[in-house]
Amino acid sequence: MNIAVSELKWPEGADCTAVPYSVFTDRRVYDLEQERLYRGPTWNYLCMENEVAANGDFKSTFIGDTPVVVTRTHTGEIAAWVNRCAHRGAQVCRKLRGNSADGTHTCVYHQWSFDGKGQLLGVPFQRGLGGRGGMPRDFDKTQHNLQPVRVVNHCGVIFGTFDDDTPDIERYMGEGVNGHFKRVFNRPVEVIGHTRQYIRGNWKIYTENIKDPYHASLLHLFHMTFGLYRSSQQGGICNNGWHSVLYATAGTDSEAALTETRAAHLRTYRESGFTLQDMSLLAGRGEFADGITLVILSAFPSLVVQQIQNTLACRQVLPKAPGEFELVWTFFGYADDDEELRNIRLKQQNLIGPAGLISMEDGEAVELVQNAIIRDGAKTSVILMDGRETASGDHLVTEASIRSLWQRYREQMGM
Amino acid sequence: MNMVVPRGEVLHREVEELIHAYVQCIDDDELEKWPDFFTEKCLYKIIPRENVEAGLPSAAVFCDSRAMLVDRIVALRNANIYPSQWLRHLVSNIRIVDIDAQAGITAQTNYAVFQTRNDGSSHVFSVGKYRDLIVRDNGGQLKFKQRVVTYDTHRIETLMVIPI
Repeated sequence: MNIAVSELKWPEGADCTAVPYSVFTDRRVYDLEQERLYRGPTWNYLCMENEVAANGDFKSTFIGDTPVVVTRTHTGEIAAWVNRCAHRGAQVCRKLRGNSADGTHTCVYHQWSFDGKGQLLGVPFQRGLGGRGGMPRDFDKTQHNLQPVRVVNHCGVIFGTFDDDTPDIERYMGEGVNGHFKRVFNRPVEVIGHTRQYIRGNWKIYTENIKDPYHASLLHLFHMTFGLYRSSQQGGICNNGWHSVLYATAGTDSEAALTETRAAHLRTYRESGFTLQDMSLLAGRGEFADGITLVILSAFPSLVVQQIQNTLACRQVLPKAPGEFELVWTFFGYADDDEELRNIRLKQQNLIGPAGLISMEDGEAVELVQNAIIRDGAKTSVILMDGRETASGDHLVTEASIRSLWQRYREQMGM
Repeated sequence: MNMVVPRGEVLHREVEELIHAYVQCIDDDELEKWPDFFTEKCLYKIIPRENVEAGLPSAAVFCDSRAMLVDRIVALRNANIYPSQWLRHLVSNIRIVDIDAQAGITAQTNYAVFQTRNDGSSHVFSVGKYRDLIVRDNGGQLKFKQRVVTYDTHRIETLMVIPI
């Protein structure tokens, strides 16, 4: 890729505590990310295994901004390929999801057909008609398959990578993050729905947001008022380069920490009788032995796994342009949920997603940043909460996960 | 002259009035009155068409009591952070599709919602349909016992805070 990365300079001596705003606005940075991150040695969320449960099932998605299709082949394997015909580049699969009875996919433009793995099966008029036309004799179908994407099924979640050198998924996430991943995906899950949200901001502002326990107690008032999350709660962060986990346990505030927070007179601590008329919204059920009620796991670059109370979701980050990304939420429960627990999940979905009483603000926060940084690419943010280190920690008054993200990002981007 | 209006038409006008009053209440930012359009036990659900067609139950908003609707508005006024905005609903194709003496009146209506932000630009925020179950309360007023909003615009711009 012919980009003068030297032009995209990180400020002298800034390390990972000051991020130049150009990384959120510059088209060249965006293009380089598609190459070095999304097509580089990264595992990208594609779908849940049970979204392609039956042979012939398929689902359209993206890695970065590249359209990709995941399939269950007629022999039951999971495969993925770039959704672009090997002939003249048309989109082969035109549906969000579905099933192909014989497991094949045919481009509508000239009806080149491919099997579930993307291997070219047939080319109409390959030998011509009546001795005229047709492909050259040396045309070799095996050289014109759809571009494959390597996939892995990790605990029922399907990831894809373009790079042959991407390490094993467990090593990729690292022990701490993978441990939290396996905690959520500890048994078969069942998808219960999706929502999609389009946010007019750079995708990495959202990545910072989900690695940021500092904002969680200050932006999201709903959390605070009902004690779902406070910075004074027990919890912590676990960092592995650009991956991270933020976790907290509701109802664990120490009296001293609460008194200190009240004394700060923050907007979010108005104790002015804001109560719910219908408490059934918060009637949850403890389902993890460790008592942790909030987990936000970031498997960079494209996946966020969340557990907030009894809500479980994968959020897929799909960049569309330097200042635009789509957030696709896939909500799930466990296959062995009883009816009551499933209904709890459906009701608690009021808290999360694009209309979520807790999480809707994140869409607005991203846009507030994007709107304000537009013309000052060389200026930088300040990421100093809890010092300059990138290590994991056992409290929530920190920006260390964000520093850890930028450190690894710069390394991979060569910036 | 003795104007006799057929009974079916009276009911249709009443249903139309309910649906028009509902959207005007939202568009005029009288959101505190919005829960009063529902019975105490009710269902208000905003669900993407994508989920309905895939047979998946989860909804962006799922409230099964009028109290939950009140809570949504209290949160909107006191807790949530979102861009300044106004909504404008256009509703059409109001049809009574079923009248059941026990269950109530089933009606279906198309809607389009335009959103205007404080930079002055308006855009189509959501299009879809309402599927309603309407009943009479003790005072004889029509109320929504169920209002299921199925939205075609399954890519929500930024966030959804004001009810549809």
